[in-house]
This record gives sequence, C-alpha cells and structure tokens, in this order.
Amino acid sequence: MDNSINNTGFVFTKESLRKKFRWSEFLSERIITGVAFLSITIIILIFFFVFRETLPIFKQKKEIVKVESVQKQEQYGGDENAQPTNASGQEQYGVITKDTMMTENQVVGEDTVIHGADEATVKSLLGKDWLPVSDRPRYGLIPLLVGTVKITLLAILFAAPIAILAALFSAAFAPPWMREIIKPAIELLAGFPSVVIGFFALMVMASFFQNIFGYDTRLNAFVGGVAMALAAIPIIYTITEDALTAVPRSYTEASLALGASRWQTALFVTLPAATPGIFAAVLLGVGRVFGETMIALMATGNAAMISVNPFESVRTLAATIGAEMAEVVFGDTHYSVLFLIGSLLFIFTFGLNALAEFYVKGKLVKRFQGK
Amino acid sequence: MKEPKIKTRDLTLFYGEKMALNAISMDIPEKEVTAFIGPSGCGKSTFLRTLNRMNDLIPNVKITGEVLVDSLNIYDKQIDVVNLRKKVGMVFQKSNPFTKSIFENVAYGPKINGMNNKAKLEEIVESSLKKAFIWEEVKDRLHDSAMGLSGGQQQRMCIARALAVEPEIILMDEPASALDPISTAKIEELIFELKKSYTIVIVTHNMQQAARVSDVTAFFYLGELIEFGKTKKIFTTPDKKQTEEYITGRFG
Amino acid sequence: MNRKNRITGALFVGTTAFSAFLIIAVIIILLVVIIIGGKDTFSWKFLTSFPEDGMMKGGIFPAIYGTVLLVLIMSVAAVPFGTITAIYLTEYAKETSILAKTIRFAVRTLATVPSIIFGLFGLGFFIKFVGGGMDNMFLGGQLKWGQPNILWASLTMSLLTLPVVIVSVEEAIRTVPREMREASLALGATKWETIKRIVIPGSRSGIMTGTILAVSRGAGEVAPILFTGAAYYLATLPTSLSDQFMNLGYHIYIMATQSANVDQTLPIQFATTLVLLMLTFMLNLTAVIIRSRLRRKAK
Ligand SMILES: Nc1ncnc2c1ncn2[C@@H]1O[C@H](COP(=O)(O)OP(=O)(O)O)[C@@H](O)[C@H]1O
Ligand SMILES: [Mg+2]
Repeated sequence: MDNSINNTGFVFTKESLRKKFRWSEFLSERIITGVAFLSITIIILIFFFVFRETLPIFKQKKEIVKVESVQKQEQYGGDENAQPTNASGQEQYGVITKDTMMTENQVVGEDTVIHGADEATVKSLLGKDWLPVSDRPRYGLIPLLVGTVKITLLAILFAAPIAILAALFSAAFAPPWMREIIKPAIELLAGFPSVVIGFFALMVMASFFQNIFGYDTRLNAFVGGVAMALAAIPIIYTITEDALTAVPRSYTEASLALGASRWQTALFVTLPAATPGIFAAVLLGVGRVFGETMIALMATGNAAMISVNPFESVRTLAATIGAEMAEVVFGDTHYSVLFLIGSLLFIFTFGLNALAEFYVKGKLVKRFQGK
Repeated sequence: MKEPKIKTRDLTLFYGEKMALNAISMDIPEKEVTAFIGPSGCGKSTFLRTLNRMNDLIPNVKITGEVLVDSLNIYDKQIDVVNLRKKVGMVFQKSNPFTKSIFENVAYGPKINGMNNKAKLEEIVESSLKKAFIWEEVKDRLHDSAMGLSGGQQQRMCIARALAVEPEIILMDEPASALDPISTAKIEELIFELKKSYTIVIVTHNMQQAARVSDVTAFFYLGELIEFGKTKKIFTTPDKKQTEEYITGRFG
Repeated sequence: MNRKNRITGALFVGTTAFSAFLIIAVIIILLVVIIIGGKDTFSWKFLTSFPEDGMMKGGIFPAIYGTVLLVLIMSVAAVPFGTITAIYLTEYAKETSILAKTIRFAVRTLATVPSIIFGLFGLGFFIKFVGGGMDNMFLGGQLKWGQPNILWASLTMSLLTLPVVIVSVEEAIRTVPREMREASLALGATKWETIKRIVIPGSRSGIMTGTILAVSRGAGEVAPILFTGAAYYLATLPTSLSDQFMNLGYHIYIMATQSANVDQTLPIQFATTLVLLMLTFMLNLTAVIIRSRLRRKAK
C-alpha cells in the first residue's frame, strides 16, 4: 500500500494487538461515573444538612440546666427591665398575645443559641400557636400544617379535574392541529415563574374574586389555591396526557370494534386504563403545591390560623420558611424550627415522589404487560 | 493453497438464552471475496459481527469458540478490541455517514489515530475516495455535508471511510441492499477491485450478487453453517439439499 | 336512547374541550394583563437605568444584571455536570443496573424537591458549612464567604436546574442513531472518542435546549435565593463572587409585598413582571421549538 498511516507491514500478532491502557479512556470513564454520583450525593447532602440544622431543637433538653443558670446571671446583671426592642413590630405574624411576665431573651452572639423557652419549644411544636417572635415564642406547627393542607386540597380540587379533562381532550378528541397548540401552550405555562403567578394572583385575581364572592380578607386560601392550581395544572396535564397516549391502541380498538363511540371509549376504556398514571400525575401535582413558596407568600395572606373557611387567610409551611428565614438569627431556635419545617416538607415530597415512582409505575407495567 | 486469513473454530453465540450461532467453523481465504447467504434471521450478520467483535457492544451476549486471524485468536483476553477494529473494517447495511462533511467523514479514522498533518490527511482522503471510485463525483464538494450525497454515493463514501483506516479485512453487511441497480453495480465493481488488496467478507440476500462477486460462499440456516465452498460449486452442484433448495428459491 | 347517548357524548367532549380552552384562556389573560399593566413603564431606559428615589422611579438594570449573572454562574455549574450525568446514564450505565436506577430516581427526586428546600440547603451547606469553613480556615474567622452572596445563590440554583439539563440532554443523546456510534467504533474509535466526536456533537441541540430551559427556570425561581444572596436594593452592581445581588423575581416579590408604598410603584412592578415573563417566555419558546424539531428528527 502506498500511503500507510499508522503501521508498516502490520500483521495480526499478539504484540501489535496487545491490550493497550488508555489514560483518556480510563479517566473519562472514572470522571463521568463520578459525576453521575453527584445527583445521589446531592440528595444525601440535602437530607444531611437540612436535618443537621434541626438537631439543636432536640438536643436542648439536656442543656436546659445550663441554660437556666446562664439566664439567672443575665437577669441579675441588671437587665431585668429591658424591654424587647420594638416587640410589636416583630410580632408581625398572627395575633398578638404578649406574656409580660417573661422578658425577651436577647441573642448575644451567633453561638449562643440558648433561649428561655427551650423546653417549651419542643412541646409547643404540636401546639396551636405559631408565634415565633413573641416574648414567649411558640412554634406550633398545627396551624401551618392545616394551612398547607387546606391550600393543597383547594388547589388540587381546581387543578386535577381541569387538567385531566384537558388532557383527555388533547389525547382523545382534539384534532392534531389543535393538540399541537394546546400541548406547547400548557408547557409554556409550566415555564411561568411562580413569582409571576403569585404577582398576578396578588394584584389581579384577589380583587377579581373579591368582587365576585364579596369576602373580607382579600388574600386568602381560595385565591392562593386558584393560583397554585395554575402551577399544578401543567404537571398534572402533561403526565396525564402521557399516560393516556401510552394506553395501547389494542385497548381502544377493541372497544371501538364493539360499537362503542369515541367518547365512550375514552371515558370507559382509556381513562380507567391510565388511572395509575393519572394518580401519579395528581401526586406530583400535590407535591408541587405542597412545597410552593412564592405563590403562598404572595397570595394567601400569611396568617397562621386554624379554620376551614376557604376565604380566610392561611400560612403554609413553605411560606413560613420563605418569610422568616431571612430575619432569623443563625442557630436560633426559630432558625432550627424553620429547618424542621423544611425537613418535613422534604420528607413529604420525597415520599410522594417515591410513591409515584414505585407504586404507580409497577401498576402500569402490570396492567399493560400483564406481568 | 495458501493459509486462510480468518479461521473460526466452534464459534457459538448466545443472545441471552437464545442461541444465534451454533459451533461455526470456517476458513476465510485471504484477498478473496467470501459471501454469506441464507434466509433472514439465520445469523449472517451476527457471524459477520463476531469477526471484528462488534457484538461485544450488545449486553448479554455470550461467545465461545475461537476466531483466528493470521492464527491470532481475536477473542484472547490480551487483545485490544479498538486496534483490532482498525484492522478489520466494516461497512453497514444502512449507509451511516456522520453528520459532518465528506472530508471529515473520511478523515475520521486517521484523525482518531492521531494524524493531524493537514497535507497528509488530504492525501489519505483523496486516495481513499479514489479507491472507492467516488473521488470524481465528490472532489469539488469535499466540505459539503455527507448527508447530501445519494444513497449509493453515501455507501461508497462509507467504504472510503473504512479504507482510510487501512484495514486488511473489510466486512460488509448487505452493503447494496438499499440501493438501486446502477449503484449496486458500482459497489460490486468496487468489491471486485478491492479484493486485490483486501480480504472481503460480504453478507448478501441477493443470490445473483453472491454468484457475481464472491469466490467462496457460505450458506447459513438457523444459526448453523450448512455448506461452505467455492462459489461456483455451491451455485451449480451443492452438496446439501437445503442449499440447493435455497439457491433455487424453493424456500426462504 | 341513541339520541340521549349522543347528547351525553357531546356534553362530555364539550366539557373536556372547555377545560382545555379554560387553561389557554387563563394563560392569555395572564399575559395580556401583565402586558397592559407594564407596557407604559416598559422602555429601553427602564431596562438600562438604576432605580431612583428609593425605588419609586427609575429602572431595574441592577436586577436584570444580577439575574443574568446568576444564571450564567449557575449554567457554568449545572450544564457540564448535567451533561456528563446524562452521558453516564445513556452511554455507560446498564439500563438495568441498580446504580443507574438509583441515579435516575435521585434525578427525579431533585426535580420534585420544593425549591425552598434548596434555599435551606444552600444556607446550611454552602453558606454555613462551606463558606463558614472557608472563613475559619483562610480568614481566621473573619466573615466573608460565610454569608449570602451570588456564588452561593448561583450554586444553589444550579442544583435545582441540574435535573432540567440531565433530562434534556439525555433525550437528545438518545436521538443519536446507534448506527453512527457503530460506524465510529468500527473505525477503531474508542468509546470516549465516539462520545466526544459523535455523541456530544450530535446532541448539541439537546444540550442547548437543556441550557435554555435551565436558564429560564433559574431566572424565574425566587425561593432558593430568598436567603442565599438576593438583596432588595444595592447601590452598586456586584463585582465579586462574594457580593450580594439584585434579582428580577425577588424584586417583584419585595416590591409587591413589603415595600412601603405598593400602590405607587405598581407600574414598575408590572413592568418588572413583564420583563421577567418575557425573558422566561422567550427562552421557553425557543426551547420548545428546538425540542419539537428534535422530536420530529427522532421519528
Ligand atoms: N441484539 C440482538 N439481541 C437479541 N437477538 C438478536 C440480536 N440481533 C440479532 N438477534 C437474533 O439473532 C438471530 C440472527 O440475527 P441476524 O444475525 O441479524 O440474522 P441475519 O443477518 O442473517 O438476518 C435472529 O433470530 C435475531 O432475532
Ligand atoms: Mg442481517
């Protein structure tokens, strides 16, 4: 051969074809595999670090003895009459119920995470009052939990039927050209920042609905729920649509062949066959709403109350973190409680995702492949 | 008779639980054209792909037996598969140019081998395209996308691309099955020319093509090698009844 | 009977159609309201000038600047890592291996974790642990990195957008035909050479879509940066990674809920929302277009 490039009179011998070690191959594979672990690592780190910051709450019991002695010193130090500076200004959350018997414990430095109400803290977690910045801070999570559940229920109540029906329309009834518009349009809605939806709810929807229903509190669970539904609809719609289109054609064809009409087939064959997928869609919608922060912050009124009236303000778990974390002192009890709320949110959405993933997928596989 | 280029010994291949090749032993002669024929799904492609270890890429493949090239077992643990494939080129059924220019396609192999000298690359590209009988058609558009070529041109460019790496053996899996008669004739002419320098193994479902281009023919059926011999003999006086039936078109 | 049936059918189909159109209508109303509310204030000057009179007048340039900087730093972190993870999942992992399944589960979990949790993580990990650790180690405890800044905010945001990149790139890599990979390998290319020269160039559009979607997401998310680096008002633009920054979404949130005179700044709020919405809308539209082309190609 005239233009040999990489060999001269090369033959098939053990020497010339001996296994070669290639650094680039070795390194690239290691690096790529290593990087791929990152996602897992992040999840573990999130678990670890979010939980880590909640630990002080549970450790405090042991420290109480120490705390009290420190406190006494402080009190004898002549600071007895020190009034909390602008206490009412800080009492921005909920009803003001000041307990004047107690003096507010000022946080001295970053590492002095000790408060007078520590023992009470753990107990108060199950209480009905969320008053983190009062003289006697109480961290009752119940109103926040009630608020979150309330708004989630409302949002899903609006979002699920509309999204599922719309998905059914574009999967089963809409002509292709219409589907080509509806699908991307709803995907675009998924891309709207939640702060924009929150802003829209706060400035436009709240007044609009107030005019219709005539409620007193302009920002309330209802307004928040509708706004959250806007965030949940694209998720529920997309996954439902996928589930509907994944139903094997043989199913629908069999039904049509038996003389059922298109809508009957869609309603009685396609929809039931896709239920596990739709269930997953709703679960993920719930997860989205449950953890949504900005819309909750902007549209729900943020008052920690326990009530079933949809036209009252609510304060959700996520919004509480969002509103209070920036003002809180690092390492404070309040700080730890906010992380505890974060842990709860994380565990809950993690569980929902796992449920959607394993339970529902398993069901779908069984159903369509008969395994 | 000279020593065969490739010898397989009891080559057996499983895709998972499914046996696709059953103890194939065959001697493929050097610088001649060997054709594999047989009904679809009988294992021709599978066998061809064992010769440059392309099946290694498929998960759950189990291979036993030996493939000896110049008496070197290419399934030896010590063998470097990457370098092996440089010596055993392959042309696929569906032409598969990269979405790059014609020049970049042909220069791909040499570049991977660390060839960066532009003049030398141009030289290799030109000579490879010439060897594949396509130089005249593309010399003015070397830097256009290869996707713009016709099917037959693409396939010849793929042959040129394989030649640029300087293999000794070229495996072709139904290289003309998707082409029109004129392009097919060009490919056949090219194969005839190439066998002067290369050992060629070609899979074809077209009996006339096997008869026209090959020196030796192997007939496969259900993962077994039924008959193997001089093409002339296989097509005129086959030993096995199955071979005769297949060639005369009585089954398949 | 038949007639009743047909009416029920029409009603049912009508309801589904109504639902679909209701969603579309809300989208349109939202867009129109924001456009109308913001169009008078929106101008070139609004985009390029600093706020004045305690935010009562002037533009939102620092917020745009901060947002762009945020998504840039975020992309630098998220795009390479996301792309490499996608490459691992498609090229190296065996589909059935436990590791691959675990990674996939982790990616999906990351995609569903509420964004506020990322904020908490950014605070606990980046600011307190990494930043605080850096301060203790290199600055003798002097506070520099252990507080909110644009670096930590961007890295926090990159974790949130990582799944977006991974999913897009993975989808694109799967459209690179197996035949191309085989052609490359048959020419004696190694696996990595094939990935570098064939697979990655072949999925360029997917990497681009992923980046655009991630940028769009990162530009609009506020919760993760609430306490990891965003500031309501800064007189100067951030010049170092340890500076705080202004941000469009955060700006909207604060102005609409916590500023002293919400009503007077309403036009500015609408215009800022319009800017953010246009930004994310255009990014998403581009991504949707590239993606639908990609999908058509894959068929
Ligand atoms: N990747 C694979 N996995 C499992 N089975 C395969 C695979 N490739 C081919 N087969 C099976 O192996 C047998 C031989 O296939 P093949 O070699 O492609 O036949 P031919 O090329 O002669 O048509 C067929 O039954 C085919 O279904
Ligand atoms: Mg074949």
